[in-house]
Amino acid sequence: MDLVIKDLKVKYGNVEALHGINLRVEPREIVTILGANGAGKSTTLMAISGLVPACEGEILFNGMALHKMKPHQVVKTGVAQVPEGRRVFGTLTVAENLHLGAFTTRDAAKEIKTRDWIYELFPVLKERREQLAGTLSGGEQQMLAIGRALMADPKLLLLDEPSLGLAPLIIKRIFDTVRQINEAGVTVVLVEQNARAALKLAHRGYVLEVGNIVLEDQASTLLSNEDVQNAYLGGH
Amino acid sequence: MEEFFQQLTNGLAVGGIYALIALGYTMVYGVLKLINFAHGDLFTLGAYLGFTLLTSFGLSDRVGPLLGVLILALMVMGLVALVGMILERSAYKPLRQSPRLSAVVSALGASIFIQNSIMLVYGPNIQVYPHNIMPDTVIHLFGMPVPLMRILILVASVVLMVALYLFIQKTRTGTAIRAAAIDQGAAALMGINVDRVIMLVFLLGPALGGSAGLMVGLYYGQVNFTMGWVYGLKAFTAAILGGIGNIPGAMLGGLLLGLVEALGAAYISIAWKDAIAFGVLIFILIVRPTGLLGERVADKI
Repeated sequence: MDLVIKDLKVKYGNVEALHGINLRVEPREIVTILGANGAGKSTTLMAISGLVPACEGEILFNGMALHKMKPHQVVKTGVAQVPEGRRVFGTLTVAENLHLGAFTTRDAAKEIKTRDWIYELFPVLKERREQLAGTLSGGEQQMLAIGRALMADPKLLLLDEPSLGLAPLIIKRIFDTVRQINEAGVTVVLVEQNARAALKLAHRGYVLEVGNIVLEDQASTLLSNEDVQNAYLGGH
Repeated sequence: MEEFFQQLTNGLAVGGIYALIALGYTMVYGVLKLINFAHGDLFTLGAYLGFTLLTSFGLSDRVGPLLGVLILALMVMGLVALVGMILERSAYKPLRQSPRLSAVVSALGASIFIQNSIMLVYGPNIQVYPHNIMPDTVIHLFGMPVPLMRILILVASVVLMVALYLFIQKTRTGTAIRAAAIDQGAAALMGINVDRVIMLVFLLGPALGGSAGLMVGLYYGQVNFTMGWVYGLKAFTAAILGGIGNIPGAMLGGLLLGLVEALGAAYISIAWKDAIAFGVLIFILIVRPTGLLGERVADKI
């Protein structure tokens, strides 16, 4: 159940966004990718999901070559993504959004079981299940986006900036839930600008700088690393 | 009263035809944000294929007029759907990553190509549908005479629209189409094959447009190779009237436009028919720029 990225290069037109990164995620780990805007964090997740093509290198999940797959095929291997900006289907109801998350699982009984678990994780989604997703608050939309991704019953969950634009209390609530999801056996890759919260949650972390991985270590070690503190934790 | 009733049923029949064509515009726009300018010509193709199949097989002689026309309609829909799929593959898919304008120009080119192909095959003259396929039966509704053909067209278009609506709302594939229309990237992340959704939209829309072409042929008895332009424009108007990208909107817009046109032609002046139709469009766009049913909810930012 491991994810291995080898010498991955991604280009947008003529601009190379990732200059050959190497990354490894072990089963049941939470790994965070830190970095400034434009460092290539989201690009890494999009490449894993197949939304942008890898122009060189490999992305292997359980030995399956994700870099050769289309996005919908990647989902079937057990990789789900919560995209940046949540991107819930605003004109569909909460229940319809969750149902779409289970698009690849054709097992109705399992779908109901997973849905009930998600309603347990986020009771507000159950209350609002008949409401249009576009009318939810930002925090609720983030919960829906996470719930929707979990509906695919993923082994690996990719989270892109889940804290973006949310109040601190909601962020804490969401991060607590991510820990719960991980404890339930789901491997997590977390891309975050909120580096402190991410490092407290994660087991290990990578630091991306303009398309290169410049640092890789245990999360606790990164938290006390002086360079990381200065660059991403606002110094002391 | 009888005059009104006649115009009402006529307007609804023509409106049903507009609605069927409008669905093709609105579905393609919903998923690709592209106006398929060749759609009106696929409608013409349906009318001409209907003409060919009618005159060459003599289906209605063998299985009776109703069943004959039903089989004919299914054949026309299947063939036009196939052409729609080929159109997408050859004219739009290669331009998926190009600027929007390239696809629009390609659509215009495809329109001219299909229209001229029809002209080269069938000639530039009006083609007359055989008269004897459908008996000129007149039935009495509420004590008033109505041509059976008109009722059949209205019923057929309503059946097709209801079937499409149920498909889009209730089935797994229909939900995938709705999701891809809202956000293609997010839909792909759900495991939806967006290319397949686009292909499906280019099967369904042209099938409905082709059936509308056949209906016009049967209703008015004659077809010509430029008819797709006027009907396409009217149906496009209907799609915008209802809110482009919105499926129930296209149905409502089509029926409404047909009614307004028929009643306007009867009670104001037939010369003003088109002016009234487009006048309604301008009025609706001023009052409700998103169309009648456009934008169910404003997305929160």
